[in-house]
Amino acid sequence: KAMEKSRPLWDNPLQFVFACISYAVGLGNVWRFPYLCQMYGGGGFLIPYLIMLIAEGMPLLYLELAVGQRMRQGSIGAWKIISPYLCGVGVASVVVSFFLSMYYNVINAWAFWYLFHSFQDPLPWATCPLNSNHTGYEEECEKTSSTQYFWYRQTLNISPSLETSGSVQWEQALCLTLAWLVVYLCILRGTASTGKVVYITASLPYCVLIIYLIRGLTLHGAVNGLIYMFTPKLEQLSNPKTWISAATQIFFSLGLGFGSLIAFASYNESSNNCERHAIIVSLINSTTSIFASIVTFSIYGFKATFNYESCINKVILLLLNAFDLEEGSLTADNLNEMKEYLMATYPQEYAQLAPQIKNCSLEAELDTAVQGTGLAFIVYSEAIKNMEVPQLYSVLYFFMLLMLGIGSMLGNTAAILTPLTDSRVIAARFPKEVISGVVCFINCVIGLIFTMEAGNYWFDIFNDYAATLSLLLIVLVETIAVCYIYGIRRFEKDLYTMIGRKPNWYWKIMWAFVSPLLIISLFIFYITDYILTGTLQYQAWDATQGQLVTKDYPGYALAVIGLLVAASTMCIPLGALVTFIRKRLKREKVSTV
Amino acid sequence: MLRALLLTFCVVAIAHAELCKPDAQNAFKVRISIKTALGDNAYAWDASEEYLFKAMVAFAMRRYSSKSTTQISNVLLCNVTDRVSFWFVVTDSSKNVTTVPGSEVEAAIRMNRNRINSAFLLSDKTLQFLKITSTLSPPVEPSTPAWLIVFGVVLCLIVAGIVFLVVSGIQNRKKKNKDSAERENLEEKVEVTVTVENGIPCEALDLKAGHINGVFAADDERFTSL
Repeated sequence: KAMEKSRPLWDNPLQFVFACISYAVGLGNVWRFPYLCQMYGGGGFLIPYLIMLIAEGMPLLYLELAVGQRMRQGSIGAWKIISPYLCGVGVASVVVSFFLSMYYNVINAWAFWYLFHSFQDPLPWATCPLNSNHTGYEEECEKTSSTQYFWYRQTLNISPSLETSGSVQWEQALCLTLAWLVVYLCILRGTASTGKVVYITASLPYCVLIIYLIRGLTLHGAVNGLIYMFTPKLEQLSNPKTWISAATQIFFSLGLGFGSLIAFASYNESSNNCERHAIIVSLINSTTSIFASIVTFSIYGFKATFNYESCINKVILLLLNAFDLEEGSLTADNLNEMKEYLMATYPQEYAQLAPQIKNCSLEAELDTAVQGTGLAFIVYSEAIKNMEVPQLYSVLYFFMLLMLGIGSMLGNTAAILTPLTDSRVIAARFPKEVISGVVCFINCVIGLIFTMEAGNYWFDIFNDYAATLSLLLIVLVETIAVCYIYGIRRFEKDLYTMIGRKPNWYWKIMWAFVSPLLIISLFIFYITDYILTGTLQYQAWDATQGQLVTKDYPGYALAVIGLLVAASTMCIPLGALVTFIRKRLKREKVSTV
Repeated sequence: MLRALLLTFCVVAIAHAELCKPDAQNAFKVRISIKTALGDNAYAWDASEEYLFKAMVAFAMRRYSSKSTTQISNVLLCNVTDRVSFWFVVTDSSKNVTTVPGSEVEAAIRMNRNRINSAFLLSDKTLQFLKITSTLSPPVEPSTPAWLIVFGVVLCLIVAGIVFLVVSGIQNRKKKNKDSAERENLEEKVEVTVTVENGIPCEALDLKAGHINGVFAADDERFTSL
């Protein structure tokens, strides 16, 4: 008599594609890919990147979407259907997604902080604050730059090491609460609300990127950055790290293994053409990475040229003041000749001055490769403060970061909530809103750890270790399960029923051989890398010097790292073991009856 | 007469040269960057500008000590370079051949820095008194930080959205429950009428009193055994 509550669906396939794009195109496309491009050969990096996209990215994405669409369940339910011993894979996905959502929303909190501070003239990170008796600038700010000071001192209020935890920063805690409220608002109604929100979170970043492309290319010195990026350094192709970085970037950029893609695909109609969607999403993701790196490199070029010219002007001023020369007699063009002339005419004074005269080099400025939060919050804000109408560009940029971050958060929370709402035990007792609210609340409270003074160090721990090894293992098990346990012929038939077309030989070869081999080699590489480096180290901010220093992780931090990796990877064998024991007990019960 | 005059003139000149030289006691170095400040509108530094400078320093001394004894001739300039930079001292008019202590000059200039700067259309950075630190103007701080205002606005909007969605969700569910309860009642009524409409109410049928018809009972014989 009780009617099966029908599964909520996306209103149209476009919502599904937008949700996948919004999830896959995230902060990594903006702050990790340009760094990799710069480190591993500029334009030449595109070759291993595209090869890995075809060998690894598209097949694995298609696999996850097809599994989700066929099984019409979240990650736990879907893998249970494939084989009851694989329920651990689903649980591992949920655990990893849980860790990710804990720390990822802190980035959105920072984006909110910078966004709110953009409504000021001048921008707060444009100048150093004054010291207590107003005779000069703050000491820490003098040693480093005003943008770094704003990030490390006024945003994070970072402590000198991991051990000194400090207190919770109330401003950051407020921003984090707001970030979680925004996420809750978007996932409150499930696909009904998420489906509408992804229209905005997927398309707005592109609008901002286009505006920035036009602005970036017209900036003075942008061409220097672009030339630097696109000149291919093909000798990097022989470096194995290049290929490994390309594989890793494709893998993590698409967000495989978290269960979000399975969750999104489970809300599809059965006849949805997920093959076409998989190709579209992976191509758009890679194109966005390249597009974002063009923007980033024109900004780099602008910043490097600006710093180079400031450096030259400082040297000119120093020489003018020391030798009382007429203003305008020293310019950037005749600087070298004049330096030699002065060295010859006044050797003693010049020798005294020599340590202060820096050798300004544009190459050195361009070589400073930055990734991660450093790129997004320090380098970009430094470039923005030197543009005209900086408030407008600042608001646009941080709003774009926010959209990218929230889009990814929607996928993360979907990965956690879909298995919860699928399980009849929980879903029968509590309505969807309450489950979402509880999950958001728990994540918010735990996330307060990252708003403490040492919070950024814990953030780095989670960012580097919570998801890397576990995901590789999860996706490996997924691929092997579908190809060899479920059977590739059965999978082919399922796809034929859904789409009306069997997958061709390219997909089958990639699923059965190439992708698993690639993942195994990545896995082996990471393990040997961890073993060879010995103790793990982190970058701590030293306020007295005004720069980052390397320190060793204390014992309990290493324990936490181990726990993070173990918590998710152990789920897979544990799940198999629990199912095995349950079946054994049931068989015994049946036989005794 | 003329010789006496010439002699005093020489003595004064020598005295002045003694008083005003680089790194002399109570002397200050000034550095002016006109081209940096004004670009194309830069004026040339000539004797008239020097006169104005002397007048401004004398003015500052008068304002500071409020005794109107400092004359323009009390301010001595020397070592003017192309940069444009020079040294100056302020002599004491009451006592001959002595200079006003540096601390007084410094305090006077600090007090009237703005007036001196605007006389030359320059700023603290382009008209530098090398040993005198300038008081940097504190940034304008509004009573409530701007970011809190924006934060408050966004927070209110988000909370309003959440409350709206939650409340409308609860109302929808109540309506659905009411609808389904009404529908159940309706179906029950329909069932009750159906059982009565047949003429014979189902409850009246007494299964125990019925007989089993043997023709249809032996099902297994109808089918050939395998």
